[in-house]
Amino acid sequence: MTRQVLVIEDEPNIAEAISFILSRDGWSVSTHASGTTAVQAVRDAKPDVLILDVMLPGKSGYDILQDLRSADDTRALPVLMLTARGQKTDRELAERLGVNRFMTKPFSNSEMLTNLRELVGG
Amino acid sequence: MPHSRLTGSRIRERRLVLGQKQAALAKEVGISAAYLNLIEHNRRRVGDSLLEALAKALKTDPAVLAEGAEAALLGALSEADKRLPQAQAELDRSEDFAGRFPGWASLVMAQNQRIQDLEQMVEALSDRLTHDPELAASLHEVISAVTAIRSTAAILSGGGEVDQEWQDRFLRNMRDEGMRLSSAAQGLVEFLDAGSSEEVVPIGPSEELATFLDASDHFFPDLEAPSAWKGSARDQAIGAVIAESAALTSREAQDMARQFLRQYVEDAEAMPMQAFQAARATLGWDPAALAREFRQSLPAVMRRIAFLPPTSDGTVAGLISCDGAGALVVRKAVSGFALPRFGAACPYWPLFQALAQPERPIRAVVRQPGGARRRHVCQAICVQQDALSFDRPPVYEAYMLIRELDDALDGEAMSHAAPIEVGSTCRVCPRSDCAARREATILSAG
Repeated sequence: MTRQVLVIEDEPNIAEAISFILSRDGWSVSTHASGTTAVQAVRDAKPDVLILDVMLPGKSGYDILQDLRSADDTRALPVLMLTARGQKTDRELAERLGVNRFMTKPFSNSEMLTNLRELVGG
Repeated sequence: MPHSRLTGSRIRERRLVLGQKQAALAKEVGISAAYLNLIEHNRRRVGDSLLEALAKALKTDPAVLAEGAEAALLGALSEADKRLPQAQAELDRSEDFAGRFPGWASLVMAQNQRIQDLEQMVEALSDRLTHDPELAASLHEVISAVTAIRSTAAILSGGGEVDQEWQDRFLRNMRDEGMRLSSAAQGLVEFLDAGSSEEVVPIGPSEELATFLDASDHFFPDLEAPSAWKGSARDQAIGAVIAESAALTSREAQDMARQFLRQYVEDAEAMPMQAFQAARATLGWDPAALAREFRQSLPAVMRRIAFLPPTSDGTVAGLISCDGAGALVVRKAVSGFALPRFGAACPYWPLFQALAQPERPIRAVVRQPGGARRRHVCQAICVQQDALSFDRPPVYEAYMLIRELDDALDGEAMSHAAPIEVGSTCRVCPRSDCAARREATILSAG
């Protein structure tokens, strides 16, 4: 069965590169660029795993993660967070909010694939 | 500052140690010798601003004159102890220490002050880097572009199958991101070179002075009626302007501001605002004609043109001056003409052409790279800074008035003149074929 991934990333060229890498690896990929409507996009897409950028227009990735973790239908969704800020405090904040994986930009494509496969159990 | 009864005696002692005549010191601080004599005999109280001027002339700290060297030292030792209590200095013996080893105690005082200054600077720099939104936005742009380029390049070079359509698309993306990276890097360099916003914390006396002058756009309406002033009213008016400024926190910056404002007042006295603006409306943008009208030097007229509010034509002028070594001293910016905040400027500026040809007025149309590439008219002159002397070589300074080229004001000849291509400073100048380049740029042309 094809695994579903939703990429919430407002940088179109980054989203396009991620989409290509994951599609080639056999994932079914959908993308979304707005922070404001991100939670609804997750509910609509029902992905197996979520790639979530931190700096998004309208609402930050941290706020989106908090919303996801406080709702029954999205609480257990595996989330890989991408951020340009790799400071210890940013990582700690993401972990407190319940992130599953945390990667700083620029990232390695293979490392991202490895993280995603681990998140969905293979 | 609390003054003891013996402040005058200390001023006298210090003057005698330096071998200075009473009349010479009085003249230097702008008071009569008779008045200084009364002060030195503790028969007149010394105001704070006069005490500061006397201390500066006598190359000492005002606290030393006001409270005595020992009291000042004891105060400084106590302050040093508070800053570093873990050193467990023997505070109860500080009087003994200052009395027996005044030189060492002075060293502790100077180092304590130095530490305080450096801490303030580190704090300001750290705050600037951590909290500046412009810096954060530029860095985010850089990281986003690098991320897209890295991921895309890895796809293209990774050996997996990528059909032609995707290859073309990724190459386009990489080109776009490369341009974005270049632009973000340029923004970052300009930020680091020129400072980002008015909220930047000034670091050091020169930046404090620049912040103070920029805040008022180099115009001081309270200092525009000097002919009505009598006695010490001039110094009081200047002191009030300085006291009102939040930017001038260090004594060095206040001294620099005082020096600047004294020259401002001299210019205002020689060329009163109303008469000058009327003459400008009649004679236009010709500093030489205005210099003849008011019998003043070209630099004085240029300062007046640049510092007074614009006349009815609405054109705003900037002004740059440099010393004989080319270091920029006055920097009043004008829109579209970038000035470096740190480091040396572009050698092609007419300012430096003037510096090489003293007393010869130079006018040129220039254009800087990037942005709207607006053309500016520069008028520059180099003059001798001090009086002629057989004992030392002359010291020169150069001034350059800058304003945007205006076809209506400048006429056809100027409008059609081929502009001289100049930069701001090498690091942010993309010209690759520049014979005057000192260091490599991080920007690409175009």
